[in-house]
Amino acid sequence: MAVTDIKLHHEIVVHGHDDHHDEHHHKESFISKYIFSQDHKMIAKQFLITGIFWSFLGVLMSVLFRLQLAWPGETFPIMETLLGKWAEGGILTPSGYYSLVTIHGTVMVFFVLTAGLSGTFSNLLIPLQCGARDMASPFLNMLSYWFFFSAGLVMFISLFIETGPFGGGWTAYPPLSALPQADPGSGAGMTYWILSMSLFIISSLLGGLNYITTVLNMRTKGMTMMRLPLTIWAFFFTAILGVLSFPVLLSSMILLLFDRGMGTSFYLSDIYIAGAPLTNVAGEVLQGGSPILYQHLFWFLGHPEVYIIILPAMGMVSEILATNSKKPIFGYKAMVLSILAITVLAFLVWAHHMFISGLNPFVASIFVLFTLLIAVPSAIKVFNWIGTIWRGNINFTPAMLFAIGFVSLFISGGLTGIFLGNSALDITLHDTYFVTAHFHIVMGLAGGFGLLAGVYHWFPKLFNGRMMNNTLGYVHFWVTFVGSYCIFWPMHYQGMTGVPRRYYSLEYFQTFDIYGDLKVFITVAAIIVFFAQFLFVINFFYSAVKGKKMTSLNPWNSTTLEWTSPIEPGHGNWVGPIPHVHRWAYDYGKDGHEFIPQTVSDDQMRAQGLKVTESGH
Amino acid sequence: MSATVLGIITIALVLIILFQISKASESIAILKDEEKAMEASNKVHAFLFMAFLIVGLIGSFYSAYWFKEAYLPFPSSEHGAWLRSMFQWTLVVTVPVFVITHIALFYFTFKYKKEKGRKSYYYSHNNKLELIWTVIPAIVMILLVYEGIRNWFKITGPAPTEAIVVEATAQQFLWTIRYSGEDNELGVKNIRLIGPDNAVGQDWTDAANKDDFVANEIHLPIGKPVVFKLNALDVLHSFYLPHFRVKMDCVPGIPTQFWFTPTKTTAEMRKTFGPDFNYELACAELCGAAHYNMRKVVIVETEEEYEAWLKEQQPTYKQLGLDKLEGGADNMAEEEMPIEKEKDISSL
Repeated sequence: MAVTDIKLHHEIVVHGHDDHHDEHHHKESFISKYIFSQDHKMIAKQFLITGIFWSFLGVLMSVLFRLQLAWPGETFPIMETLLGKWAEGGILTPSGYYSLVTIHGTVMVFFVLTAGLSGTFSNLLIPLQCGARDMASPFLNMLSYWFFFSAGLVMFISLFIETGPFGGGWTAYPPLSALPQADPGSGAGMTYWILSMSLFIISSLLGGLNYITTVLNMRTKGMTMMRLPLTIWAFFFTAILGVLSFPVLLSSMILLLFDRGMGTSFYLSDIYIAGAPLTNVAGEVLQGGSPILYQHLFWFLGHPEVYIIILPAMGMVSEILATNSKKPIFGYKAMVLSILAITVLAFLVWAHHMFISGLNPFVASIFVLFTLLIAVPSAIKVFNWIGTIWRGNINFTPAMLFAIGFVSLFISGGLTGIFLGNSALDITLHDTYFVTAHFHIVMGLAGGFGLLAGVYHWFPKLFNGRMMNNTLGYVHFWVTFVGSYCIFWPMHYQGMTGVPRRYYSLEYFQTFDIYGDLKVFITVAAIIVFFAQFLFVINFFYSAVKGKKMTSLNPWNSTTLEWTSPIEPGHGNWVGPIPHVHRWAYDYGKDGHEFIPQTVSDDQMRAQGLKVTESGH
Repeated sequence: MSATVLGIITIALVLIILFQISKASESIAILKDEEKAMEASNKVHAFLFMAFLIVGLIGSFYSAYWFKEAYLPFPSSEHGAWLRSMFQWTLVVTVPVFVITHIALFYFTFKYKKEKGRKSYYYSHNNKLELIWTVIPAIVMILLVYEGIRNWFKITGPAPTEAIVVEATAQQFLWTIRYSGEDNELGVKNIRLIGPDNAVGQDWTDAANKDDFVANEIHLPIGKPVVFKLNALDVLHSFYLPHFRVKMDCVPGIPTQFWFTPTKTTAEMRKTFGPDFNYELACAELCGAAHYNMRKVVIVETEEEYEAWLKEQQPTYKQLGLDKLEGGADNMAEEEMPIEKEKDISSL
């Protein structure tokens, strides 16, 4: 049956009508094609490759500070080679440790899991799956990448300055981040950090506005909102979250900049540091500011941010699970509504990061309610994913393995959120390894698995129809999946011992210093997982150049529009008219057909003598 | 250095070998029937997921049991016991969900691997089923929220009036502990008055300060509520007593507090956990390069022992000999600078 379907596919491309032929094949220079490209597919590649660069740097940092945690005081010559004076004699200094932790967090959250994930796949898939020739504004789209690139460049430069990069944690809470006297990294390093973040926010806003506009205005004929693949719904709501919350982060950064350089005290009050009260130029003690204000502003983005990371991963996983199980996504409407519910609730839970920050306890109680309620749409999604694979016909491509891994990680990490979201329990668990374990599994790993699933699945659309090597993908998956659980699962136990996170060494407290072997175990697992990622990179770059070409347009027998574009799509995506859409994205297994592409209408099916029942979508 | 180089070379070799094997296996797959190769690989992965499920479930339960000695012991405070029971109730909710969803996920993965001749079952939704798995989590969550907020308000509510008032001031990278003395009231302070003899800037013109004393260790009597008035001088810190399940940020300019009732003396704990056991105070909010080393010992003792210890302590005012100065220290403070009472933060 699949063969017939694919044939139908081709015909529709050829016999499309009433759309005028948009010719986009004008001559392009190297610069306009590969550097300042306005083609969404090239911009997606730029985001992805930059993201891969940052993920390696970010993960390498974590391996370095894990070495210190497992073997405190041990000499590692490689540390001195890489870090110079921050690891004199091969022993990481506390300031070096805190800078590594901070930059690891910042880079992984913003550059890898926001830009690398949503930047890559929103760009690649929104035009291709909606049926558009490009983004609404290709120029803004190009700017979006180059702002991201500059943000990365500034962050990279900050690694090499005299006083070191910022070291006050990725959340950059003032007064620590506001006062250069408090920490070497809070000097020039922090200025660079703020500049980098500000550039990143601009990038994110330019991208987000573009994604929203494109989804709303540029869908092909017949592509109603309720026929969109869940990927697009996820990117759409992700962009809305970003556009509404990133400006608040920018405002917090600007006020912080004022406090640092202009003698204001938005976040500062009654501070005594370096042997003197902190005063303004007139000699008056700075008063009236509130460090908690910063936390409100930061987490008003910071919490939606974790959904900015996880929603695109959820969307792609939904798509990959349905395609490879050859079953419609279970409860499509519920899936869309749960993304909507998560988006709305995402704005109402930020203070759960601040239960013990000195916030009024009454305020905290409201945030407990909304936080635990967010478990409901999340649970719906999990049950629906499991419902999707039930009685399917599952083909284990590397992408599918990562998608299944994602569901497992999302369950494991989501459930620990129920502990942390309850303010009373948060008294014991806040700022312990339990939190580290929770957010790494539910956001870091799950987001990362979504990203990798997406790369394996859509690689042919990124690199002119070339496929990645499956065997390497399989080894990569199993080492990463098992290894990641080995890294983060034991951290729950450390958390239940009360071990605080962000401790350079646990030796000074008898309460915390009881996990010698376990710390070594975690570090060894981290090193193995780190090196396993080289399998991915080798596979990625080798396949991009020399990978096996796909033999048909549609290697995964998928219903969605991107697989109707040519193997080597030019700028403009489709040669000839844009195909029209006649059904939703999930007609897998309908009436005994393995899959029915969105471009095929019931009439065309019948004309070919294929049985098909009326579809409700 | 040579060990590092050797290590890197080894890892590179392993990666290259894996790469070559993978390349070859793909070519073999093409030579053989591609569909057959895929079917064989599907079987392998379905089996591996099943193995992962079994080993994973056993491993997670066994390891949780294995480390049970390492977890924090039964809480040494009254509210800690409530939190412990809440933690266990949350486990009762989450563990079955964890187990059942994982069994379903991996069992279906195993059972419904692609096989020749089988077709997937077109099943797009079931509103009744979906309603059930929306409503049940919602109800369970509401119950957890109810229990959580009930405990939260009990814990964060106003301290009992008889609670002993102690102040903890955090700064990079140490704690200053000030007891409120006989009047159980902390005197006002001002950061402008901080000096070598005045760690938190006590204003000696305030009578309430005259019996306050700064202590090296934290001593607490068993069974009596104590309220810690918290604040920080420079950056954020967090007052963290793991055994008492106490944690609250110390914020410059904004007073915070946490009250609790210790229920076990240090001596009792030493009977179970060895003679070296000590309750410890730690910092739980990243505060700079030595954040990991802001330790202070807490000693919980019987009422008599506590009273005896209190007798040994001398008010700081007296220690400094300020009471013997002519007219007290009042003039001294005024000479330096006028104190505005409303700017005080400790008594809020």
